[in-house]
This record gives sequence, structure tokens and C-alpha cells, in this order.
Amino acid sequence: MIGRDILGIEDLSRDDIELILETAERMQEIGNREVKKVPTLRGRTLINLFFEPSTRTQTSFEIAGKRLAADVVNFSVSGSSVTKRETLLDTAKTLDAMDPDAVVVRHKVAGVPHRLAEVLEAPVINAGDGAHEHPSQALLDMLTVKEQKGRIEGLTVTIVGDIAHSRVARSNIYGFTRLGAEVRVAGPPTMLPSAIESLGVKAYTNLREAIEGADVVMALRIQMERLEGACFPSVREYAATFGLDREKLRFAKEDAIVMHPGPVNRGVELAHELADHRPSVILDQVRNGVALRMALLYLVAGRPPKGAPREGAR
Amino acid sequence: MLDDQAIRRALMRIAHEIVETTADPARLYLVAIPNGGVPLGRVLVENLASLTGQDVPLGILDTTLYRDDLSIRGSRPRLRRTEMPSSVDGRVVVLVEDVVNTGRTIRAGMDALMDFGRPSHVRVVALVDRGHRELPIKIDYVGKNIPTQPGDKVVFRAARLDAGTPLAAAAEVGEMQIVVRGGGAS
Repeated sequence: MIGRDILGIEDLSRDDIELILETAERMQEIGNREVKKVPTLRGRTLINLFFEPSTRTQTSFEIAGKRLAADVVNFSVSGSSVTKRETLLDTAKTLDAMDPDAVVVRHKVAGVPHRLAEVLEAPVINAGDGAHEHPSQALLDMLTVKEQKGRIEGLTVTIVGDIAHSRVARSNIYGFTRLGAEVRVAGPPTMLPSAIESLGVKAYTNLREAIEGADVVMALRIQMERLEGACFPSVREYAATFGLDREKLRFAKEDAIVMHPGPVNRGVELAHELADHRPSVILDQVRNGVALRMALLYLVAGRPPKGAPREGAR
Repeated sequence: MLDDQAIRRALMRIAHEIVETTADPARLYLVAIPNGGVPLGRVLVENLASLTGQDVPLGILDTTLYRDDLSIRGSRPRLRRTEMPSSVDGRVVVLVEDVVNTGRTIRAGMDALMDFGRPSHVRVVALVDRGHRELPIKIDYVGKNIPTQPGDKVVFRAARLDAGTPLAAAAEVGEMQIVVRGGGAS
């Protein structure tokens, strides 16, 4: 049973994940209609509370809310009270007093959505917290793999890049292992946390071995400005060793797909030739992101509080 | 209460009634409300094809996202499949439901239908009409009126009925039955 908030994949059971994916599959049909809107969350308010800029995720949640007929308000860090030194909790409580039916939170510090979930009346959806979790991204990745491969159980999924600092990697590790996939992670030793294998994955510093026989290869975005010199000598060297191209992809299964959470550093973690066409499914991921976030909003937003009067038999 | 034979007889009679009351059967379009409406819809389009010699399109329309009780329920109902193969503009749409009672599902179904276009007419088939209407909804083609108490349960069952089966999949409709449970059954 899915709880009040969606804070991380770690909290979700296999049944929860499967219910979310099935709900998202049903939501996909709405995106194919001429009129892409259903009245489900009419009169409900969704607040996008982004302390860290993210045009993609924020837009995706906004479209998802609007397709369910919710009113969506974007509250982002620029031009907000954060510059007036208002504390995080004061900002959140102020917004909560406006009676939203769900609050979507993105923050650069891990654990902020969890803290807000403790104090807010409205359900909280984590849209990325520090290097901790990014549940909606992992769920849309699982939805895309299921759509492309017909299943997740028994597949081999290789995640390449900065595993140590990636909330996308962490959430995907929880999700794919929970659904019975074999997960491998690969990157330079400086980007592989020593305890990563305790999450049930195999770690590789050799890309070829990590990709060998994989059904899914997921490249992570390299934060070049932050990491160059600290985790790898140069961007060019990273691209040569861990950047995905057709040549390196030969070792994966013939029908392997390539994924990336976006935005892509072309020519760094992903070669130009892979970014735009099959086997890359990057735009399918983006499209599925809207349906997946509709599913999350349907499942948590605007449910009556506990103890509210219930209707009898329908 | 109703066995497979009785249900199939009712569906053949309903198919006759649909043909008799539709000026231009070429404009018919059946829309099944899942789960129960789907096997009924499959049988009805077969019957209509044998009567008119024409293929009648069949769609599946989940009404869950249009329900009027979502904000007062603690949990969210599972969504079912929606699959509308072509436009409903100008068509005589026949909604197919297994059991109609309050009329609320049919209301939701009509709202959902209007999001897919502008049918020339909307009509309703119910295999069973229980009659405890809460909204001004009229059933055009009834399989059987079954008087019940509001607390009773009237359940339609179909062997090999799977809500996840796409329309294109060749699924044979297995044995169907209507079961009534509760003190009010007569």
C-alpha cells in the first residue's frame, strides 16, 4: 500500500512499484488523445517547490498535473523568499497554509523532502534531493524499460558514470533490483563508493566487462564543472574510457537499449551518434515521464485525510 | 441467477433491438466499460456482424478517472485499460455495461466519451438493471431487470476475462454468469 508521500524508491515494495507502473501505463493513453486532459484532480492544487533549478523535471510535473486538471503553481528559488533569508521550514509552512493537495520538492540537500513531509499537511513528492534519491526519474526509467523489453525481471541493467554522487543511480539501483533485474555499476574508482555492492549490485571499473551481455545501458550525466580534476583527470579522458559509443556498445546484447536521464553532454558520456537514434530511448523516457508523474499524482494527491468520512458502497 | 445460455440469448435479443432501433447501422460504435462490459461487447459485435453483415467497431473506455467519489475515498481505484480505435464523431455510440445500479458509472462514461468527440447519439446496454438509480439515467437495452436491496451484490463473471487484454488480442469469451448475493435476492 503506497503511503501518503513518495520520498524514495527505498521505501517502496515491489507491489507498490508495480502498481505505479501499471497506473502510468494506463495514463499513457491520455497523452495520445486529441484533448489531453481528464477531470480527475479538478479543483486540486499542486505546488512545485524547486530550490534547485530543473526545467525538465519541473515542466514534466507541471504538464502531468495539468493533464489531470489540477491547478499547478511553480515556486522556484529565483525570485522567491529564499533570497530574503526565510528558512526552509517557514517557506514550506507558508505554502502549506495555502492548502495545496500535493507539494513536489527538489532540493540540493539530501533529506529535505523527508523533513518537509514531517511538518506539512500536504503529501510530499521528492523530485530529487542531493545525492540521495530521485524516485520519479527511476520509475520513468523502469516504465521505459518495461515498455521496450516487455519485462524487467531477469534483465541486466548497467549504469555508467558518477555512481557516488548520483541520486538517479541510487534510485534506479533500489528499483531495478527490487523488480528482479541484475544491476551493474561502472565508473572510475573515484566515482564508485566502496560500499556500493552492499546494495546488491556488481561494481566494475572496466566498462567493457560491465556492458558485456547487458540489456540496458544507462549513462549518467557528468557534472563536468564540479568533477574535472577531482574525480578524473580530464573530460577527454573520461569520454575515451567511459563515454558510450557504438564501438563500446558492441559488447552489450544486440538489442540493448541506451538510456540517459538528460540533459546529455554530447561527446562526453554519450557519443553524438547514440544520443539521437535507436538504440537510444531518451525521448521515450521524457514522454513516459509525464505519464509516470500523472500516476504519482493520481495515487497521492487530493486523497482525504485519515479519519475523513467515507462513502459507503458505490 | 443468469447462466451462460441465458446471457447469450439476452445478448442476441439486444443485438436485434439495436439493429431495429438504429436508422443507419453503419454508424454504430460499441464502447465497453471494463471489466464486465468487455466480454459482453465482444459478443455483441459478433452478433451485430451476423445480423447486419457489417463490422461494428468496439472500444474500451475506463471511467475511473471520471468518477465522482475520488475525493471522498481513502484509496485510489486501479485504472483499467482504455482503447478507442477511432473517432466517435457522428457515430451512434452504445455504451455496454454489465450491471447498472445507481447510474453513476454511466454518467462518468458519458463524460469520458465526450472527451473523444461528439457522438450523434449515446445509448446504453445493461445486462442487468438493478434499478436503484441516483441520477436521471435511462437504459435503452436491458438484458434482465433484477430487483435487489441496495446492500446486495450483483456480480458478473466471465471465464478468461482479463482487464489487461488488448482488443486486438483474439480472446475467446468464455463462460459467463450473473451471481446475486445478499438477503434481498428474489
